[in-house]
Amino acid sequence: MTLTDLTLQEAAARLAAGSISSRELTAAHLDRIATVDPRLNAYLTVTAEQALAQAEAADAQRTAGGETPPLLGVPLAIKDVLCLQATRTTAGSRILENFVAPYTATAVQRLLDAGAVILGKLNCDEFAMGSSTENSAYGPTRNPWDLDRVPGGSSGGSAAAVAARLTLGALGTDTGGSVRQPASFCGVVGLKTSYGRVSRYGLIAYGSSLDSIGPLARTVADAALLFSQIAGHDPRDATSMPMPVPALGGWTEDLRGLRVGVPREYFIDGMQPAVEQAVRAAIDHLQALGATPIEISLPHTAYAVPVYYLIAPAEASANLARFEGVRYGPRAEADALWDVFEKTRGERFGAEVKRRIMLGTYALSAGYYDAFYGQAQKVRTLIKRDFDQAFEQVDVIACPVAPTTAFPIGTKVDDPLAMYLEDVFTLPPSLAGIPGLSVPCGNDAEGLPIGLQLLGPAFGEERVLRVGHAYEQTTDWHHATPAL
Amino acid sequence: MSLSREEIDHIAALARLRLTEAEKDLYRGQLSAVLDYIAKLSEVDTTPIPPTATVLPLRTVLRPDVVRPSLPVPELLRNAPDAADDMFRVPPVLDGGAEGG
Repeated sequence: MTLTDLTLQEAAARLAAGSISSRELTAAHLDRIATVDPRLNAYLTVTAEQALAQAEAADAQRTAGGETPPLLGVPLAIKDVLCLQATRTTAGSRILENFVAPYTATAVQRLLDAGAVILGKLNCDEFAMGSSTENSAYGPTRNPWDLDRVPGGSSGGSAAAVAARLTLGALGTDTGGSVRQPASFCGVVGLKTSYGRVSRYGLIAYGSSLDSIGPLARTVADAALLFSQIAGHDPRDATSMPMPVPALGGWTEDLRGLRVGVPREYFIDGMQPAVEQAVRAAIDHLQALGATPIEISLPHTAYAVPVYYLIAPAEASANLARFEGVRYGPRAEADALWDVFEKTRGERFGAEVKRRIMLGTYALSAGYYDAFYGQAQKVRTLIKRDFDQAFEQVDVIACPVAPTTAFPIGTKVDDPLAMYLEDVFTLPPSLAGIPGLSVPCGNDAEGLPIGLQLLGPAFGEERVLRVGHAYEQTTDWHHATPAL
Repeated sequence: MSLSREEIDHIAALARLRLTEAEKDLYRGQLSAVLDYIAKLSEVDTTPIPPTATVLPLRTVLRPDVVRPSLPVPELLRNAPDAADDMFRVPPVLDGGAEGG
């Protein structure tokens, strides 16, 4: 077995046993990035020199003995919306093409404190706006299972890198599905954390009432280990909650007594039949492990797309006001300050970012605020109540991640509404702020991966991870490897 | 609903985005289609429903009013296209720019 085929937990165990060094594990990943990534474009920046230095320091620390942190010497990679000090951080945008982060995001710092080696920064849709990674100013990332297809988005670089064995695990961000959907499209595990669970200090903001940071990895146990390291209160983010992070692990495959909600609104006309079949089969499998499926209704599901595409762009239009050619990045030259702002933003933002800024500005503008933004916030309340009521009846909810498998590059990028509908099953949980896990549960006829989405109540990550682990360990989907 | 060309110009000005004529035409069509779709929200009776601005039970967080070190100014100015005397330098705000403000 080559070193890049190890899971994160396997690699950590071998490092702990001294049978491999971080230096050779890190070098193996850097070699594979150099060989494979020119075809995928998953990495925007490879921090090879720093990674090897970190790896050597990790090996030295282990040789010195004593207490070792849980990720000591484990190579990981980071979506390029998270700041890493002294490293270029672009958010997939031309407006930040020269931006060198002056500090490190808390979630990344916690991985470093746990001993991780950072291989580099991963491609994404510009400012995390998109469902295909085609909105990156640095070119699309390609799906490792079929290079003509998208990896999903916006954390498409993270999902593709994990699937292609270009890292043992990665951080992504999920505002409306941006961890779960690419995990589903690339056949890896992705955890959207509860809103408020992981500090967003050092995350370039998109939709501040929705943004969350979460891990992608090749197994649920790997994702759980990364989650346990990044979760927890941070005084630098007033929205990070002072909640204890649960102990993870010690899980069995016995799901007796577990009530699994199956929402009827998540099996709709127009979804790919192979997706429905795979997800229904996965629910049958949970039943075979002892769980009890219960049909439930989340009646406001159909309103999640319009609610999200008002609230997120409205928040984005405010968050992205800071990019005006004064504090960051290249500046378009003009004689007057207002012209500098308008030209810099007009020239440097990509098409989807401008579209969402326009939409959000309109939704917040005088005369339209109550009809659009205000109404969206009220319907958001109803969507959240749907979940609150469901979790009085069931322990977890099982449903599809996305209505289709990975689609060909170029087929939806010019039709924003078609692209927005891609998020129909991931947006409601985002609006409710609850955790969601994507676990591989099948393939379509073309061999493209399908994801099972497991949802839990707010701060119920342990529950979705436990159920996802039981499913994964009694199925073979997570062993599938793309041929590259 | 169909956005007029004047509305597109107005939104772009509010958003401080200089758009090309082609972009204005494109966004006019695309945003009109998206707004048509979004209009389905008006079906929902939300009369007694409070808005959700955040899903968390957030309260204002206070900390002791103690001076702490912050990031070094030169580091923060490093990404600026133009800086002088520990400040961001910009073209004139008032001369020739007042109509924009």
